Amino acid sequence: MDLNTLLLVLDSTVRLATPLLLACLAGLYSERAGIFDIGLEGKMLMAAFFSAAVAFVTGSAWLGLLAGIASSMVLSAIHGLASITFRGNQLISGVAINFLAAGMTVVVAQSWFKQGGRTPSLQGDARFNPIDLPLAETLSGIPLLGPIYHELLSGHTVLVYIAFAAVPFTWWLLFRTRFGLRLRAVGENPESVDTAGVSVIGLRFAAVAIAGILCGIAGAYLGTALQAGFVKDMTAGRGFIALAALIFAKWRPWYALSATLLFGLLQAIAVRFQNIDLGGFVIPVQFMEALPYILTVVILAGFVGKAIPPRAGGEPYVKER
Amino acid sequence: MEKMPRWADAVLVPLFSLVLAAILSAVVILAIGESPVKAFKLMVDGALMRSAGWGYTLYYATNFMFTGLAVAVAFHARMFNIGGEGQAMLGGLGVALVCLYIPWPHWTLALIGATVGGALFGAAWALIPAYLQAKRGSHIVITTIMFNYIAFSVLNYLLVNVLIAKGSMDPATPKFPEPTHLPTFQDMFSTETTTLFKSAPANVSFFLAILACIFVWLLIWRTRLGFEIRSFGHSETAANYAGISGVKITIIAMLISGALAGLMAVNTTQGEAERLVLNSTEGAGFIGIAVALMGRNHPVGVFIAALLFGFLYQGGAELAFWTSIPRELIVVIQALVILFTGALDNMVRMPLERLFLALHKKEPN
Repeated sequence: MDLNTLLLVLDSTVRLATPLLLACLAGLYSERAGIFDIGLEGKMLMAAFFSAAVAFVTGSAWLGLLAGIASSMVLSAIHGLASITFRGNQLISGVAINFLAAGMTVVVAQSWFKQGGRTPSLQGDARFNPIDLPLAETLSGIPLLGPIYHELLSGHTVLVYIAFAAVPFTWWLLFRTRFGLRLRAVGENPESVDTAGVSVIGLRFAAVAIAGILCGIAGAYLGTALQAGFVKDMTAGRGFIALAALIFAKWRPWYALSATLLFGLLQAIAVRFQNIDLGGFVIPVQFMEALPYILTVVILAGFVGKAIPPRAGGEPYVKER
Repeated sequence: MEKMPRWADAVLVPLFSLVLAAILSAVVILAIGESPVKAFKLMVDGALMRSAGWGYTLYYATNFMFTGLAVAVAFHARMFNIGGEGQAMLGGLGVALVCLYIPWPHWTLALIGATVGGALFGAAWALIPAYLQAKRGSHIVITTIMFNYIAFSVLNYLLVNVLIAKGSMDPATPKFPEPTHLPTFQDMFSTETTTLFKSAPANVSFFLAILACIFVWLLIWRTRLGFEIRSFGHSETAANYAGISGVKITIIAMLISGALAGLMAVNTTQGEAERLVLNSTEGAGFIGIAVALMGRNHPVGVFIAALLFGFLYQGGAELAFWTSIPRELIVVIQALVILFTGALDNMVRMPLERLFLALHKKEPN
């Protein structure tokens, strides 16, 4: 494998890791606040459709992004209503949201565009196009560093850079601000937050809303940047890989970055090489595809470091008993 | 004092949720420019007015009974088994191996063999998540989701590389031998003069599903194990105090749940396709969640909810055929049912409880 192939694989790793990273951070906010969210998949899917649809109609990828975020936040609101206001089962609510998105996107797409549940292909400004970082062309002549800068770091869409910038921002917000402290506390011990006179309900709704925004960006990236339009079920389990990455990352932002990059790399390898021949022993492509899930089960089993979720996760808060 | 009589809890709450889901679905149909009344008529026409329609409705209902019971049994032990889909896929593998590699003389014996095969493989696929939940405290919901994806990869690998029919490009096993083919409703109920259930896929495994409903009822409410499962589901600490082993109950309940999900493959793989294909489950494992929630985890409820979803599925296919409403509308309805009967249960329940309390106060006693 030469440098060029390596760079190509790493480049596609970045592209494939971006939606995972955004969704993973979305889950991180929500679960740190004590709200389990297995509806990441559905929110991304909904955002992917509405961003692509609005981008097609208006010709603006940015309006598409806004529409995607709005649609994802509607689902977040449903999740919040069910799991915070009415103290329902958060997991069941997540399952419902996934199906709602899977069904609604196709029904609406068929009604609007009549192309068998997809949007027409996006062109020009309706898509987020790659941006070249300054001097990428000029520097590409420098050995090693030039191609790395030109191929790997430069030439992604703006959403990729937003996703990567969201990691340090999330770290800062959660671990260096008052809001972050409270948000984490509400997922560990909501009674203490309540005693301090801070609204548990409010904080949890804020966390769920942030998750909605991030899933919205992730979906818009899928529909208007990674691919040129929406196709049925285009998230293809990414929401669940993101969930796996979240556990893998033990609910921490920087670990989330490395976990999603690892899972992105696995996807990139599976896409590029199909079956990997190791001289007599062939690793089938299906194994590569299943690896994120297998790794997550191993981590969950506690054989390689223990993943301890936020303590109050999944439990609705009742003010007085 | 009970806030609501039991019949209201068992019948009125799910019915109310269903009405809410139906109203919202009607709004969706209106929004895409079709008439809900016409759509409903088409669905009833296609699913219930001809015997062939019934043949499809009952075929789908058979699947949903198995997966619904699977979710229900796990719910009784307060576990949420989202892995029905994966367990049913592996059940399909079990059924296929039994049908392909054992020379059965007659379908009755093959049915027994396939039942054992499907149940064993489904249960085996539930065993690891169950063990991890019981012994290592890994959350069953996450592990079963992961196992759905792993199941798909395993099946994909086996069908593409190992079990594929010679000279075929299609990732599927060869056709099962003739003696394993189950009698369909057409074979069973048609007379010389009239053909009933014409080329519909409903087959004898429908009765297997009814047996499974009875089995689950006996198990949960008439055996010691069932009592232990329910106690564990109500309160883990109380169950432990009473000497019930949480580890044992978790594993056994999940094994039964996985076996029930695996049994679905008898209907789809042996009964309908007569070979194992990649997408044999078609999401039925997930519909089991809606069915169990709507059926209030009771076999009778599951039976009725499965029939309802069978009707929706067949009716949805008819809609897609005759109108511009795609089949995915059924997924929306399914989502709404899960939302209202599961997550927003309190929203539906609270006003009803208030109503009953108000009625109660008026009665002079």
